[in-house]
Amino acid sequence: MQLMILLTRKAEFSASHYYWIDAWTAEENLRVFGKCSNRNGHGHNYTLEVTVAGEIDPATGFVVDLKALKDVMEREVVSVYDHRHLNLEVPEFAAAQPTTENIAIAVWKRLEGKVAGAKLHRVRVYEMPDLFADYYGER
Amino acid sequence: MRAYLGRRYRMSASHRLHCDEMTDAENRAVYGKCNNPHGHGHNYVVEVVVGGEVDPVTGMVCDLAALDGCVMKEIVERFDFANLNCDAVFQKLVPTTENLNIEIYKVLKAAFTGADVVEVRVEETAKNSFAYPALDPVRAQEGKAVAV
Repeated sequence: MQLMILLTRKAEFSASHYYWIDAWTAEENLRVFGKCSNRNGHGHNYTLEVTVAGEIDPATGFVVDLKALKDVMEREVVSVYDHRHLNLEVPEFAAAQPTTENIAIAVWKRLEGKVAGAKLHRVRVYEMPDLFADYYGER
Repeated sequence: MRAYLGRRYRMSASHRLHCDEMTDAENRAVYGKCNNPHGHGHNYVVEVVVGGEVDPVTGMVCDLAALDGCVMKEIVERFDFANLNCDAVFQKLVPTTENLNIEIYKVLKAAFTGADVVEVRVEETAKNSFAYPALDPVRAQEGKAVAV
């Protein structure tokens, strides 16, 4: 019987953002988003955890080629988000708020189908050590 | 789209593990130094995971300030800088971190209405941690436990 196992790889990126809805007044934005609504933006050191599920290759003992996973995370996510302003420079956040939840969903969409040999299981994004969001895709 | 939000809180409390139904010798054998009559304490970390649909306008699963307020009021104010053995729920229940974890889950499940409380993890020390219910939140929707 093949064994199913989960493997998690971390990466980090630093980015700035703000939360703001144009259709709302400044007072409404401040009430809902608090200091995150400051239009000058603020930033975080994000930690990304990508978990894939798969069967262990009986020959290599690997669930996935770690170098390939690292490279796809770097190419699809880190190189696009790192040292960027998420609202102004990353297309998926031109219309959607770059909340931790939406970043987790966006990372999933960027990686889905691009991790050869394994299935995406979970994307976890830490905005800071005490706050994270998880996305498992639509099931 | 359904996503999960996790938030970590800290609280420091003392406890003593002792079961009245066992003899003193049995208590010492089972609980070891945790049975010290004078108690001892930990810096606990409580990790609360809530799940829900991401609001298409705000991009949020729930109002984070509301979650923080609820956990502070219901959990941190109750247990932080307290002796767990003095808490009403631990008069008949040994205040192990397993029992503390289950109590926190039950309280938050009932008290927080902004999203579904799907899992609570409690770290007693950096080396010991517990989770209840022990479910992967995705599988929890299907009602199946999963050993991960």
